Amino acid sequence: MNIFAAIGRVFLNLLEQIGALTTFTISAVTACVRPPIYGALIGKQVMRIGWFSLPVVGLTAFFTGGVLALQIYIGGNRYGAEAIVPQIVVLGITRELGPVIAGLMVAGRVAAAIAAEIGTMRVTEQIDALTTLSTNPIKYLVVPRLVAAVISMPILVAIADSIGVFGGYVVSTASLGFNGAVYLKNTADFVTQGDVTSGLIKAAVFGFIIALMGTYNGFHSKGGAQGVGAATTNAVVSASILILAANYILTSILFAK
Amino acid sequence: MAKTPKIELRGVKKRFGSKIVLDGVDLVIEPGQSVVIIGGSGSGKSVTIKSVLGIVRPDAGQIFVDGQDVTRISGRAREAVLRKFGMLFQGAALFDSLPVWENVAFGLIQGRGMARKKARDIAIEKLAKVGLGPEVAQLSPSELSGGMQKRVGLARAIAADPEIIFFDEPTTGLDPIMADVINALIVSTVKDLGVTALSITHDMVSARKISDRIAMLYKGKIIWSGPTAEIDASGNPYVDQFIHGRAEGPIKMEVRG
Repeated sequence: MNIFAAIGRVFLNLLEQIGALTTFTISAVTACVRPPIYGALIGKQVMRIGWFSLPVVGLTAFFTGGVLALQIYIGGNRYGAEAIVPQIVVLGITRELGPVIAGLMVAGRVAAAIAAEIGTMRVTEQIDALTTLSTNPIKYLVVPRLVAAVISMPILVAIADSIGVFGGYVVSTASLGFNGAVYLKNTADFVTQGDVTSGLIKAAVFGFIIALMGTYNGFHSKGGAQGVGAATTNAVVSASILILAANYILTSILFAK
Repeated sequence: MAKTPKIELRGVKKRFGSKIVLDGVDLVIEPGQSVVIIGGSGSGKSVTIKSVLGIVRPDAGQIFVDGQDVTRISGRAREAVLRKFGMLFQGAALFDSLPVWENVAFGLIQGRGMARKKARDIAIEKLAKVGLGPEVAQLSPSELSGGMQKRVGLARAIAADPEIIFFDEPTTGLDPIMADVINALIVSTVKDLGVTALSITHDMVSARKISDRIAMLYKGKIIWSGPTAEIDASGNPYVDQFIHGRAEGPIKMEVRG
């Protein structure tokens, strides 16, 4: 067993993957701006990606806001700074936790579903069938999901932001002794438009990552049920890692002063 | 001067990694002919038809459709050529998210932009041609048996009045009676529509019934081709072994697919 050959094979395989992903991304993005655009399919995907993710995203946002309030209160207590809870909650939620938590939840839910659906279509030759019926599979399957995810995610995150702040409010007023009106006033006075927009920009990018990883892995799945399973796992793992990496990069760009 | 062949393959080669699948395939199909490619599993039959359709891109060689070199075309030019084709997939490859009639009408609605109502009427007419009543139109493909799915697949293949139809293992997975029904449907469709047909199969009963000519693919090459009536007197030991289904002979089973 030659160790150099093994390393070389891994490296070549990696390059091949990057190349395939790049070509796929380019053809998907160019297909987004070229007719035909399947409007009805985009609408259907907005329902599946956005609307049906609302309960899970809303619940996680609520509890995240609540636990954030609790931790800041306990931590702030050490310096006599408990009063800062509303400000930190709204900042943490809008800038980071809203988009990241929503992104990860949607990645788990939607990237998996997309990869499984398209992967099954691949192994049962439905994607080849699309081609023989003069329909471009990228336009018919990939574009609607990409566009729908980029539209849905900012809306989802805007809702998650509100619910997250509400979670912090509920915990603060119910068990930490805050006055509700003061809490809301402090929140509203402190948060800036930039805090919210930066989170929504992140959300759109995360939406793109989620749909791209779901469709790419589904498209390239092979070998029956096991292959579809692997594609689903890869979609969720790669989408989650890319979301966290992109989050760091976006934060450093958006908040560069 | 001889007629232009409907489809011609010249020295088509394709390899996946280190595995050579097609090793210089030469095949000529005259207009109106029904040609069957026989060969064992993994002999490259599917890759041959997928090369003609452009789903698989050959490494070397040329493919002509109506005298036009289609080997390296893509985009709109490819879509224009694909309009001449209809294809029945091995597992039928029906879109399980759509009802039967929309499957049949898919190429008309998505590929050619026909109004849904008109496309639906045509779909019901095509379903009748394959012996299915209008009550099937509203069903979902998953509610149908394998043989019924093949019929719907056939209706979809002929929906846009193609000049060429490909049949991928049309009788695989069906009971002998349903297989004969499908064979008879193929024969009558090819005759009635006057189309050129290319089928791949390892079912000799089906091959004899639906073909004018038979070509045998072995190790990526066409090792014999001739009129169906002459196959019993081919004088080729590989062909003899295959058509009689003998375990003993020059063809050795390959363990790796």
